[in-house]
Formats: sequence, C-alpha cells, structure tokens
Amino acid sequence: MNLALKDIRHGLFRFVLTCFGLGLLMTVVLAMIGIYNGLVADALAVVKAPAAEVWVVEAGTKGPFAEASSIPADSRDTVARMPGVAEAGAINYQTVEAPFLDRALRLYVIGYETGRPGGPQIIAEGRGIGTSHFELVADRKTGLVLGDTIRLGRNRFSVVGLVEGAMNSGGDPAVYMTLADAMALQTELAPADQRVQAARGAGAVKSASVAAVIVRVTPGADVDLLTATLRQWKHLAALSQTEQENILLASVVDKARRQIGLFLGILLAVSAVVIALIIYTMTMEKLKQIATLKLIGAPDRTIIGLIVQQSLILGTAGWGIGLVLILLVKDVFPRRVVLEPFNVAVLAGIIVVVCLAASGLGVRAALKVDPATALGG
Amino acid sequence: MAIGDILVDVQAVAKHYGDGETRVDALRQVDLQVRAGEVIALLGPSGSGKTTLLNIIGCILDPSSGRVVLDGDPVFDGKWLRSDLRRLRLDKIGFIFQAHNLLPFLTAAENVSLVLDLAGWAPEKGRERAVELLDYLEVSHRAPVKPALLSGGEAQRVAIARALANRPRIILADEPTAALDSKRAQLVMDLLRKLAAEQEACILTVTHDEKIFDRFDRLIHLRDGRLTDD
Ligand SMILES: Nc1ncnc2c1ncn2[C@@H]1O[C@H](COP(=O)(O)OP(=O)(O)OP(=O)(O)O)[C@@H](O)[C@H]1O
Ligand SMILES: [Mg+2]
Repeated sequence: MNLALKDIRHGLFRFVLTCFGLGLLMTVVLAMIGIYNGLVADALAVVKAPAAEVWVVEAGTKGPFAEASSIPADSRDTVARMPGVAEAGAINYQTVEAPFLDRALRLYVIGYETGRPGGPQIIAEGRGIGTSHFELVADRKTGLVLGDTIRLGRNRFSVVGLVEGAMNSGGDPAVYMTLADAMALQTELAPADQRVQAARGAGAVKSASVAAVIVRVTPGADVDLLTATLRQWKHLAALSQTEQENILLASVVDKARRQIGLFLGILLAVSAVVIALIIYTMTMEKLKQIATLKLIGAPDRTIIGLIVQQSLILGTAGWGIGLVLILLVKDVFPRRVVLEPFNVAVLAGIIVVVCLAASGLGVRAALKVDPATALGG
Repeated sequence: MAIGDILVDVQAVAKHYGDGETRVDALRQVDLQVRAGEVIALLGPSGSGKTTLLNIIGCILDPSSGRVVLDGDPVFDGKWLRSDLRRLRLDKIGFIFQAHNLLPFLTAAENVSLVLDLAGWAPEKGRERAVELLDYLEVSHRAPVKPALLSGGEAQRVAIARALANRPRIILADEPTAALDSKRAQLVMDLLRKLAAEQEACILTVTHDEKIFDRFDRLIHLRDGRLTDD
C-alpha cells in the first residue's frame, strides 16, 4: 500500500494547487535562465553573423560593438592583399529609427559589400541583396515582410529577403543593405553641422570611412601572425573572432548579464526556500498521523518513504509544469528566450537536491515525534 | 472463562515526570499481572496515572524504574531490552484510542489492512482479513469509506478492527467508549470480550463509564500512582 500516493489522492485539489504554484515559480526561474542565455546569444549574434576570423578596427579601440570605430574604407584593399587573407569585406553599423506604418521601427543597419564577407549567412525567405540600390534584407523581428518598402533617410528601400536572429546586443533587429547605401544613409542622417562640413568637403574623408574590415583567412594561415602584422599599421588594430566575442561579453553586455545572473541567483535561492517550506509544512501537518503510524508499529522506512516520495512528486510536478509553461510562452517574449536541455536538467538536479534536503528536515522531525502524541485527543 | 498464561507482568514500576520543584510522581511501585482472557478495567480519578500505566505497558513511555514482561518476554528492566519496540507493538499489542485516530487518507478497510501490510501479510490475505473483521464488527458496509464520513460509533468499531487485525494478545484501550452512547458502549465491550476470548488475549481498559463496569472480570483502582485492588 503506497501511503504517499493515497495521501496525495486524499487531498488532491490542494496538492495540485501547490504543484501548480510551484510550477509557476519554476516557469519564472526557467524564463530567467532563458533570458540570460538569450541575452548572451543575441549579443554574440551580431559578431558571429559574418563568420569572420579577424576584425580590423580603428587603432586604440575595441571595435565597433564596444565603441565608435572608424577606419578608411580603402583599408579593405590593403587588408585583402595581405598574405593569409582569403577574403576581406568592409562593414558598417548604425542604429536608425524609421517610421513604418503607424509605428517607429528601431533598426540596426548593417552595411556590407555584396560578394564579400559580412552579409547574412542564411536567407530564410526571399533572396539576398543584389547589385541594385535600395534593397534590404531584414530580420523577421522587424515585422517587415517581403515586398514591404520603408523610408530610410531620403530613399525608400524594399525588402527582398528575410533572415532570423540578426540583431545588435541591445536586441534591435537588424537590416542588411549594401555598404554604399549604408554610407549614404549615414551621411544623410548625420547632424546638420556635420552635413554642412561635408558639403564644404571637410568631412569627405570621414564619410568614406567604415566601422571595420572583416577577414576570412586562407586555410592553415596563422591568425596570430596576421593580427600582429595588422597592428603594425598605426591607424589600424586587429582582433581575432574570439577576442571580439570576449570584448562583447566582457564590456558590452557584462552589466546586463551580471544583473540578470544575480537576479537568477536570488530567484533560485527564493525557490529553494519556498520548496523547503512547502515540504516541511506538509510534513508538520502530518505529525499526528505519523505518530499514529508509529503507534501501530510502522517502521521508519514507511515514514521516510511517505515524506520523501511526496516531496519528490511535488518537485517533479512543479518542474514539469514549469517546463511546459515556459515552452508555451517563450516565443511571446520580445527578446529571445533560449533554453538548453542542459539548463533544464541542472534545474531538475537542483530541485531534487532541495527536495531531498527539505524532506531531510521533515524526516528528522517525524522520526523524533513521540508515538504517544497520537493518543492525546 | 479459562484463565491462561500471564501476558502482562508489571513489576515495581515507577514513573515520574520532571524533576525537583516540578516533579510529578505519576506511578509509584505498581505491580500488576494480567492473564490471557482477562478483561480488566482501570479506574481512578483524573491524574491518577491510568494513561501513564497504559502507555508503559504499550511500550511508548519509558518507566523511571521497574520491570515489564510482556507475553513472557522481558522488555524493560531499568532500560528497554529490545530495540524494535515498534515491531513488538505490531505483533503483540493492539491500541484502541479515545479519539479513533484512523488515518484520514485511507478507507476504513485500508486502515485495517495497513497493519497487516506492515506485519508482512500478503495483500489479498490482508484485505480478506480486514473485510472479515469489519463484517464481524458490523461495519463492512462502510469498508470503502474514508474516516471523515463515518459516524463516531462506526469509526470506533473500525479502530477496534485495526487494533485486533494482527491478532495481538495484549489489547490496551484508553476510554474506548467515551464517545459512544451507553447502549453502543455496552455492545463494544461485549464485542471486545468475545474477541479477547477467541484470540486468547487480555484487555486492559481505562474507563470512567460506570454503565459498563459489569462487563469486566476485574476492576483495578489507581489512586495517586498506587494500585488499590478491589
Ligand atoms: N508528559 C507529562 N509531563 C508532565 N506531567 C505529566 C505528563 N503526562 C502526565 N503527567 C502527569 O502525571 C499524572 C498522571 O497522568 P495521567 O495522564 O496518567 O493521568 P490519568 O489517570 O490518565 O488522568 P485522566 O483520567 O485525566 O486521563 C498527572 O498528574 C499528570 O499531570
Ligand atoms: Mg488519561
């Protein structure tokens, strides 16, 4: 006769309610883990997108994602001619806000040279950017669809392709356009005084600058040697892909990541306390019945089984409900919620440990209870 | 009724609670022998030590000193002589409480068969015995019902069935009829007597209920922790 199950069935409504409450808490925990992962994955998306090996950026800067980086557009030719370089492409980044239908779209504009590295790797729908002007490949999260046109600066751009998961570290969805279009857009959107300067010809050099040149090396080439050589130019600096990713994580999203990480820690601690409290109270409420069991001769095994089984059932149910709920709602979040099976398994592990620890407390109290207390009233 | 072997042998048992200023001598040098088949009432004013004595015989309370022998087995002599007191209770002792103390999440039948389950009976055998006992106590029609839905008398009879299920030879009852009307109380006592005779058990019952005094073989009086045999 399984006492744990019989007792659960006896107070089924309350037990289910408790499981559901715990499930909601687990949903929050899983959401937080997913948001944390999503933040990191999104932050890296923009760096990973071009599938580059080396980033050539302005000397003394940490690249276009950490701060402003501006190098002459013709640096690309210089870089492309270096030994070990298979392909090189100039790339340009800017954030613009543009009215679309009845709302303002915040877009992260990536300008790249067609036929060179820097463009989208996989087109989900439509085609890549052709040779003509004013074409866009947009991330789905922009809400744009194939054939839409949107006014950016002085020109209307039409959407010819859609991609997924392209955004900057702030979560603004990306649009790709040709480098030429992007540079023209940058000039148009520059503050008025700069435009005046540019009209006088003073800003001409500046307007012909790009954020970075990205490099794919030839197979077997020495990346370290290449970056070392690039750094010898006094106006250029070079970062390997790994360095670029680390900079992004360490400086750009570091605070946000630590913020969420700390909150996640607190949330886990709170959950552990809540689970422990539920299980402990559940046991305390049964002390008299446990005394009766002892009185009629039930061994410790029976009593421990009752408590431990119930707490594990509770923990597992809470975890399962949490998992189902988060899978149902995760796509509703405005930014990506990324759940790895590993995270979910670790959470299960934590829950089991907390349940066992809490039932340990309950078991201690239960084993201490005097069977004579069953006799009083 | 044939009087058989000594089932309960309490020798010079004393029990005090607390120490110094707060010391209460609940039992002072109590000697008591109960034989198989005997049905005994334990009487005495409130606070005279009745429950204390019953709990000591039931091995759920440590005596301060003395010796306790149950069914020929010495179980206490200055200290407990057995480590598996619960197993001893399961096999030899049946408790009937004033409050029936049935487990609320089990049906009447399950409350009875649980004891047999714990004693290692095969599940079907246990269920059979439970139904048989409930039938005997005329509550088998309530077998699938949870305790919350039983009347006081029904619950008490289920509790008796549970106490008797594993055929213990020592049945201890603390005011088992307090919650019943006098007719029911007499019926329950008759039933206990009959079962005791059949199972060669002894019954030790604490009671204040004068209406059932004629159902006992012996009345034992406790006063200030001492026995005064009548
Ligand atoms: N756990 C305890 N701690 C301290 N004193 C106790 C404890 N249990 C009982 N006593 C005291 O021991 C004495 C005997 O108590 P006991 O419960 O055996 O009396 P009783 O005869 O069963 O009384 P009643 O008829 O009221 O049930 C009383 O004076 C009581 O106050
Ligand atoms: Mg009492």
